[in-house]
Amino acid sequence: MSAAVRAQPAATLGTAARGGSLRHALRAEWTKLRTVPGPAWLLLGTAALTIAVSAAVAGATHCPQDLACPVDTTKLSLTGVQVGQAVVAILAVLTVGNEYSSGMIRITLAATPNRLVVLAAKAIPLAALVLVAGAVAVSGSVLAGHLILPGHGFTVARGFHPVWLSYGPTLRAACGSVLYLGLIALMSLGVAVIVRDPASSIGVVLALLYLFPIVLAFVGNAHWQHRLERWTPTIAGLTVQDTTGLRSLAISPWGGLGVLGIWAGAALVLGALVFRLRDA
Amino acid sequence: MTTETIPAPRPDAGLGDGPHGGFGGLLRAEWTKFRSVRGWVIGMILAALLTIFLGVFTAANVGIGCSVSGGPQKTGRACLPYVPHGPGGEVVTDSFSFVRQPLTGNGTITARVTALTGEHVNPGGGTGQAGPGNGVPGLVAWAKAGVIIKQSTHQGSAYAAMMVTGGNGVRMQYNYTGDIAGMPGSVSAAHPRWLRLARSGDTITGYDSADGTHWTKAGTVRLAGLPSTVQVGMFATSPNYTVTQDSFGGGAFNSGPSQATGVFDHVSLTAASSGTWTGSRIGGGEGPTGPGPGGGQPPAPYARTGGTFTVTGSGDIAPVTPGPGQGLPTATIGQSLAGAFVGLIAIVTVAAMFFSTEYRRGLIRTTLAATPQRGAVLAAKAVVIGAVAFAAGLVAVVVSIAVGVPKEESNGQVLLTSSVPTDVRVVIGTAAMLAVAAVFALALGAILRRSAAAITVAVLVVVMPFLLSALHVFPVGIGDWLLRLTPAAGLAVEQSIPRYPQVTTITSPAAGGYYPLSPYAGFGVLCLWAAAALALALIALRRRDA
Repeated sequence: MSAAVRAQPAATLGTAARGGSLRHALRAEWTKLRTVPGPAWLLLGTAALTIAVSAAVAGATHCPQDLACPVDTTKLSLTGVQVGQAVVAILAVLTVGNEYSSGMIRITLAATPNRLVVLAAKAIPLAALVLVAGAVAVSGSVLAGHLILPGHGFTVARGFHPVWLSYGPTLRAACGSVLYLGLIALMSLGVAVIVRDPASSIGVVLALLYLFPIVLAFVGNAHWQHRLERWTPTIAGLTVQDTTGLRSLAISPWGGLGVLGIWAGAALVLGALVFRLRDA
Repeated sequence: MTTETIPAPRPDAGLGDGPHGGFGGLLRAEWTKFRSVRGWVIGMILAALLTIFLGVFTAANVGIGCSVSGGPQKTGRACLPYVPHGPGGEVVTDSFSFVRQPLTGNGTITARVTALTGEHVNPGGGTGQAGPGNGVPGLVAWAKAGVIIKQSTHQGSAYAAMMVTGGNGVRMQYNYTGDIAGMPGSVSAAHPRWLRLARSGDTITGYDSADGTHWTKAGTVRLAGLPSTVQVGMFATSPNYTVTQDSFGGGAFNSGPSQATGVFDHVSLTAASSGTWTGSRIGGGEGPTGPGPGGGQPPAPYARTGGTFTVTGSGDIAPVTPGPGQGLPTATIGQSLAGAFVGLIAIVTVAAMFFSTEYRRGLIRTTLAATPQRGAVLAAKAVVIGAVAFAAGLVAVVVSIAVGVPKEESNGQVLLTSSVPTDVRVVIGTAAMLAVAAVFALALGAILRRSAAAITVAVLVVVMPFLLSALHVFPVGIGDWLLRLTPAAGLAVEQSIPRYPQVTTITSPAAGGYYPLSPYAGFGVLCLWAAAALALALIALRRRDA
């Protein structure tokens, strides 16, 4: 609440009248993100939860001497991303949804009537912050895997790739995971602009993130499995983490991330469209 | 925020505009709130539709294809081998090597087992077939060899057997589901096991002994309708070897055939019989385990040197359970409820909002002015949302099963039937699980007051643990504990096939429907969470200003 007041800085009538400026809108949105405690905690939560889950999974995974373990050590080390993405999605939803539930969106739009500028000004700092938090989360996860897994039987001597950024596929998986979190944030933002109510948006976004993987687990039909692996946001997007068995993937790692990019882009475009057409 | 106090109930309160009729009136008020918010009604309908859609979609797409060498590609039921049913009507596996002779009337068979050895697939070997050069020595826990009295050589016929097992000592088993523990410890030349079965009419008594002179009764069972002439002899068999690996993304279970070899001597049969032993492979090649682990050509079922019989077999004599490692595509009514967790997301979303939105517009002050007893308000809301969720869930579950199960069967899945009380428990229990989860989310809404926070927490603790363990995102151990401790344990109420101690089963909600907890225990865990949340909500409601 109080942030709403401070978000209107000493804006003179003049700057408000030139409200189309992306620079001013960016500054306003950045101030909102900075001065409300929620986003900072959620970003911290993203990194902490991702690293904690990754480390827990690495810590609980062993490869006994006499077993051949079909484990992708890099993907295993990045498991936490699958949980951390939920926090990212919630953060993205709240940046828009909270404005609708508090009615502040009307002030925002009065200050910056150009809705595309408002949307861009919301998306850019959000994506930047999520990328930073994502980089911390992914680095921590890789470090945890690097430190834990060799002691659990996943040694280079037994043919496992080192979980470290000097190994090309691991570097790709790590960078891809950071971008993945950024795209999840943008897709969630788009959904929030379309749905508006934060509570319903969270329900929709969480369903979008986790519905398809569970359908995949239940569906035995190979055609549908292939379609799901190729075209759904999280399954296709997370193929960017794969470093083994690349030939049997339904879609290439970067191609999978591209599919998530299409989902995020579609959500943003649709969001921009309804944002322009509807009253706040 | 606001410091205005809720007026204490005055003697004349309720005369004017308060709801009449005590708790009934309160219920009506809350029901009116629920049904007049279009989004909530749509949300509940959506919950039911999503549950049905997902359940039917997965049921319609579980199909497996197969092709007999040289023959045309077949799908669905045409792929199924002969599926035997046990005397109790359950689907069973009945494949073993049998050295037998007919027995007419009463009689006793005695044999000494001096060794039980085995071989199973190499878990890292890849091809999934044990056999020369591929199998590794090793005995699975329920590899078994012993003496058996069986109604006939037909798969699924009644039997009683005394056996030594790979890791569970001496057992007496009968009619697939029965299992009685005998002497503990494993068998070896130094520690042989004497086994005896005595038939008297349709009653069979099993004995075990370490020395052949001091016998202990293991159990007495009655095989209803046992004919006068039965098959009696020695058997050996070994169920699929299944290893759980902490690997990522679905490859958590490796499974393949195994075989067991039992060595018998001091075999005696006291009764009128033909006196010649015949070797048979019951369910050989047609059983769920397919061709023997020898890789196409099954080994001879037995060899005899003087009085020593060496019997080698592969398969199992046990009920079929859902899940990987059974070699048979199985379906249960619980499996057609795959969509319930999606319905759960929608239901907890609506339920959390049902309370938290009152705070958004300050309606809570009006509500509490009308009914100052805060516990009553909470109770009325819980009853309304619980009843609505139960009704929506019941419709969704009944339709999912009615449409999904026939689809699974026509797609070549073997439906593992359960008793009518169990089916009723699955249907009512799943609807009740959705209702209790709704009450839990409602209480979270009252505690957290903000819709977004309440929904996030509700989805995270109710739905997420199920997702993460069903998808094997976590190693199996962590996933199991999530399904024991979190509210997601309540989903266990969907499992319809009991866990048999004599069958190695795998906890795998997505693959087979077994949860780490029994149905009622899991439901109890969810109820505890809901009760704790309600208690906290009541304290918060009483302590805080609205």
